[in-house]
Amino acid sequence: MSVLDSKVPKGPLKDKWTEYKNHIDLVNPANKRNIDVIVIGTGLAGGSACATLAELGYNVKAFAYQDSPRRAHSIAAQGGINAAKNYQGDGDSTYRLFYDTVKGGDYRSREANVYRLAEVSANIIDQCVAQGVPFARDYGGLLDNRSFGGVLVSRTFYAKGQTGQQLLLGAYSAMNRQIARGKITMHNRHEMLDVVKVDGKARGIIARNLVTGEIERHSAHAVVVASGGYGNVYFLSTNAMGSNATAAWKIHKKGAFFANPCYTQIHPTCIPRSGDYQSKLTLMSESLRNDGRIWVPKNIEDVKAIREGKKKPTDLSEEERDYYLERRYPAFGNLVPRDVASRAAKERCDAGYGVNATGEAVYLDFKSAIERYGKEQAKIQGITNASAQKIYDLGKDIVEAKYGNLFQMYEKIVDENPYETPMMIYPATHYTMGGVWVDYNLMTTVEGLYCIGEANFSDHGANRLGASALMQGLADGYFVLPYTIGNYLSKDIRTGKIPTDSPEFDAAEKEVKDKIDFFINNKGQNSVDYYHKKLGKIMWEKCGMSRNAEGLKQAMTEIKALREDFWKNVKVPGNASEMNPELEKAGRVADFLELGELFAKDALVREESCGGHFREESVELDGEQKGEAKRNDKDFAFVSAWEYKGEPADAVLHKEELEFNDIELKQRSYK
Amino acid sequence: MNLTLKIWRQKDSKTKGQMVDYKVTDISEHMSFLEMMDVLNEQLINAGEEPVAFDHDCREGICGMCSMYINGEAHGPDRGVTTCQLHMRMFKDGDTITIEPFRAKAFPVIKDLVVDRSSFDRIQHAGGYISVNTSGNTQDANAIPISKHAADEAMDAATCIGCGACVATCKNSSAMLFVGAKVSQYALLPQGQVEATDRVKNMVAQMDLEGFGNCSNTGACEIECPKGISLENIARMNRELLKATFKG
Amino acid sequence: MSRFFTSSIGRKYAMALSALFLMFFLLQHFAINILSVFSPNAFNEASHFMGTFWAVQYLLQPVLLFGVIYHFVMGFILEIKNRNARVVKYAKNNGAANSSWMSRNMIFSGLAILAFLVLHFIDFWIPEINTKYIQGDMSGLLADGEGYRYYEELTHKFVNPLRVGAYIVAFVFLSLHLMHGFSSAFQSSGVSSMRKEKLQKFGKAYAIIIPLGFILIALFHHFNH
Repeated sequence: MSVLDSKVPKGPLKDKWTEYKNHIDLVNPANKRNIDVIVIGTGLAGGSACATLAELGYNVKAFAYQDSPRRAHSIAAQGGINAAKNYQGDGDSTYRLFYDTVKGGDYRSREANVYRLAEVSANIIDQCVAQGVPFARDYGGLLDNRSFGGVLVSRTFYAKGQTGQQLLLGAYSAMNRQIARGKITMHNRHEMLDVVKVDGKARGIIARNLVTGEIERHSAHAVVVASGGYGNVYFLSTNAMGSNATAAWKIHKKGAFFANPCYTQIHPTCIPRSGDYQSKLTLMSESLRNDGRIWVPKNIEDVKAIREGKKKPTDLSEEERDYYLERRYPAFGNLVPRDVASRAAKERCDAGYGVNATGEAVYLDFKSAIERYGKEQAKIQGITNASAQKIYDLGKDIVEAKYGNLFQMYEKIVDENPYETPMMIYPATHYTMGGVWVDYNLMTTVEGLYCIGEANFSDHGANRLGASALMQGLADGYFVLPYTIGNYLSKDIRTGKIPTDSPEFDAAEKEVKDKIDFFINNKGQNSVDYYHKKLGKIMWEKCGMSRNAEGLKQAMTEIKALREDFWKNVKVPGNASEMNPELEKAGRVADFLELGELFAKDALVREESCGGHFREESVELDGEQKGEAKRNDKDFAFVSAWEYKGEPADAVLHKEELEFNDIELKQRSYK
Repeated sequence: MNLTLKIWRQKDSKTKGQMVDYKVTDISEHMSFLEMMDVLNEQLINAGEEPVAFDHDCREGICGMCSMYINGEAHGPDRGVTTCQLHMRMFKDGDTITIEPFRAKAFPVIKDLVVDRSSFDRIQHAGGYISVNTSGNTQDANAIPISKHAADEAMDAATCIGCGACVATCKNSSAMLFVGAKVSQYALLPQGQVEATDRVKNMVAQMDLEGFGNCSNTGACEIECPKGISLENIARMNRELLKATFKG
Repeated sequence: MSRFFTSSIGRKYAMALSALFLMFFLLQHFAINILSVFSPNAFNEASHFMGTFWAVQYLLQPVLLFGVIYHFVMGFILEIKNRNARVVKYAKNNGAANSSWMSRNMIFSGLAILAFLVLHFIDFWIPEINTKYIQGDMSGLLADGEGYRYYEELTHKFVNPLRVGAYIVAFVFLSLHLMHGFSSAFQSSGVSSMRKEKLQKFGKAYAIIIPLGFILIALFHHFNH
C-alpha cells in the first residue's frame, strides 16, 4: 500500500461527510481557548478559515503579505460562484454539481472530496447572504443565477463582474468581527518563510515582518497554509504580482508532498501581451464567449497585412476569416472548455496566424452578435425595414448591457473600441489545480499541517470549471477545515503553549536568516526579475499549453542551469532590516526556480493528456476525435504526489490511485 | 517617450523625505504606469541604487493596493482607474511627472510611496460586519427577498476597494466616502439593519479617532474614486448617524 | 447626543443647520430690503416692526447672533482640524481637476463675509442697538419727528462709493460661498445628496439671485440719491 492514506471515510458517497462529522472528536470550548492555530494567507480559503476557527474559540494568528486581508487575490475573481441550490428549477442537484466537477476535471480528482464540496456549496450562499454580500437579484427580490462555463444548468451566483471581491469582503468582514473580539491576531505585511516542526508535527512558523525586516517566531498547535496557487511560475499570469508559492514550497521541503504540479489552467480569454515590459496579464470573463466569435484570417497574407497595419480586421470578408473553433468543434463551437479553446488559439498562432505584433493574439468578434441582437430587437419593437445602422445601434445596446464593463476595461488597456473592431485575446496562465497533497481532512503529509484553497490539489482534478474556485475556497475555509482540524486538535488539549525557544525554532530561524544574508551580500549582476522572466519563458514555451517529452526534459535542464546561475549572480539591493521588495521577490523566485523543475518532471511522467495537461504524444490517432487529447485511465488514474529529496529532479513519486465508484469514466468530446 | 519623474523618496517612517528627480527613456505608450515604474526600478537596480518602493499587487484595479498621487491627483489624471490601470498614453513625450505618496495624518508613510492604511482596517473592525456566525446554518438565502434596486445600490457601495484615494484627494483628508460606502452597503440590506445603530456610531467614532478630517462636500473623492462610489453614500451615512443618535 | 455633536459628522450637522438658518435669514433680510426700492413706506413699516417686535428682538435676534457666531467659530475650528489631518502637504496638488474653487475655499469666502459683517455691524447694527437700547429711543422716528428714520439711514449709507464698492465685493464672495454652501448644507444634513440636479439648480439660483439683488439695491440707492 502507498504511504499515502487519503483517509476517505467508508460508506456510501452521499453519507460520508455527514457520518464523518458525526463521529469525529470535538474540542470542548474551554479547551479551545488554550489552542492556537496559525493561518497563512487571508484570501477566500484563509480568511473564511480564520473567521470560523476564531468563532469556534481557537486563538487564530493570521498572516498576509499585503497590508490588509481584503487585498488577497481572490478579490480579482470576476465570474461567480457555483452552488447546487436549484433555485432555477432546472434540474440541478448535489449529484449533478459533483458530476460536472469530476467530469470537468477530466476524472483526476478524488470523488469523496468533490462530493463534499458539492454538498456544502449551498451553505456558502446562505452564509454569504447573511453576511451582507450583495449578490445580483431579479425583480422579484430573489437571487439571480447564470449559466457559466458551458454547463447545462444555471447555478452560478454572481455580484456584477466582481463576485470574488464581494465574497472576499464578506470573509474579511467575518474576520473583522473576530479581530474586534480579539480572537484573531492579524499580522499584515508579514511573509511566512518557513514552517517549524517539533516531533514531526507542525508547531509554528518563521515569518518576516515586511516593514521592519524583523524575523519573527510564531508558535501554534496547528498550521494552515492557504497561500493560493503558483501561476506566477510563468512570470506572466493573471495572478497578482505578489502571488507566490513560497509557503506551499517551504512546507513541501519540510515533508508535505506536492501533488500534480503540472495541472495548470490556461485561460483562453485574456488581453494579449503588448511588449516585453509586460508585468501581468488581465483576464476577461469567460462569459464573452457566449456571444463573441473567435477567428483568425484564413490567408497568411492578410495576417501580414494586418500586422503591418495595411489592413484592418474589419476589412476582411466572412470568406476570408477562419472561425477555427466553429470549424473544429461544430457541436460546442466557441463554448468549448477552457483548455480546448486555449490550445486551439495556440495552434493557430504557432502556425503563424497570430494577429498582433507579438504574433500571439486571435480575434474575438461581436459583429455577428450585435447584428443578431439588433435584428431581434427590431422585431420586438416592430420596426420593419430597419436600416443597417439602426440594427447596429439596437444590437450594440444589448451587447453593452451584457458586457459593457468588460468592453470598457478592454478599451482602457488596449485603447481600441471593441464595438467597432474585434477584441484581441490570447490565453494566459490563470489557475493551478495542482498543489500540496492533502487527505480528506485537508491535512498534508505533515501532521498538524493543513493546506486549503487553491494551494492544495484536492478538488478540481486536471481542469477546473468556471465559478468553482470561489466555491472550493469558501467550502474549505468556512465548512470543512474547522471540523476536521478539531479532530486533530482534540489530542492537543493538554499540550499547553508551544514554546518558541526550542532548538527547532532556532534551526529554522537560522536557515531563514542565512538565506536572507546571502541575498543581501551576494555581489551579483542580474536583478531578480531577470531570472523570473527567463524562468517564465521556459515554462511558457515548454510546459505551457502543450507539452512533449523532449521539451520537458530540456525544461528541466534549463531550469536547473538557470537556478544555479541565480544562486551565483542574483543581485538584491538594499538591506535586510527594512522594507525591501526586491528581497521579497528574490525569496519567491528562488522557490519558483525549484517548483518549475518539479512541474516539468511531473508533466514528463504523466504520459497522457488530461484536462489542462496536454501531451503531444497522447492524442487520438484516428476517427472523429483525431488530433484531440487522449486520456489514459488504465495507467494514469492516479494523483502524483512528490516527496522532496533535495534537488527537484530527485523528488520521489508516490501515487494515490483514484477510484471512481459513483461515476463512469468517459472520454471528453466536443465535436 | 522620455520623461522626467519627480518622486518622493523617504527611507522609513522616521526619516525625513524629499523629492528626487529621475529620467526614464523609451517608455512605450502602451505601458501601464506601474510598468513604467518597473522600468525605472530595473534601471536603478542596475545602477546600484535602491529602487523606489511602492505598493501594488493585482495590477488590474481591484485589490486597492496601489496608491500614488500623480501630478496632483490620486491615481493620476485618468478617471475610473487605479494607478495600475493608468496607461502612459495619458502622458506626452518630455513631460515631467510628480509622484507622491497618498498623504494624510492617518496614512503615515512607511517608505517612499508606501503608506500605512491600517486605519481603514481599524474602522472596519469597529463595525464593518454583520454579527452572524459562520456555521452555514443560517436561514435559506432566499428567505428574505431584497428588492433589486436595494441590492444594486448596496452593490454599488460595496464595490469600494479601500485604496484610500478619497482620503488622499480630499483637501481635509476625510475618510467619509470610505466609511459612508460601508455604512450604506449594510444600511440598504435587511441583514445589516439589525445592527445599523451601533455600526454607524462605532465606525464614525473610530474614523474620528484615527485623525481623518471632516467632509466639506467638495466632491473630489467621488471624482477621483476609481470605482465611482457616489457622494450619496455620505449623505446616507449622515442620515444614519442622526437616526442612530435619536434612537440612542 | 453630546457625543453626536462632538463627532465629525455632528459638527457638520451643526454647520449645516446654522447655514440653513442663516440662508433663511438672508432671504428675509432681502425681502425687506427690496421693499426700499419700490416703496420707502413699506420698507419703513417692515423695518420698524422687525426692530421693535419683542419676539424678533428678544428671541430671533439672539438666535441669529448665536447662529452667526457659531457658524464662524465652528468654521474656523473645522478648518484647523482639517488642516491638521494632513501634516505634510503635497508638492503638487491639482484640486481644480476634481472640485470647484468655491468648495475648496469656503474659509476665504467666509473670511471676506466676516470682514463685511464687521463693517455692516458698525454701519447698522451698533447704531441701531445704541439708539434703541442705550439711548432708549424706541420710536423709530427721525430726529425732527417727521416719519420713520430707517429709509433715510439706508440711503445715506449708500452715498459713499467706497462703501458701495466694499458692499459689492462682499456680496460677490457671499455668492461664491453660497454656490457651494447651499447644496452642501443639504448634503451634510443628510436631507439630499448634493449631486441631485434639482438641488444643484435651485442652489445656484439662490446663490446668484439673492446676492445680486443686494448689490442691485445698493447700486439703486447709490445712483438715485
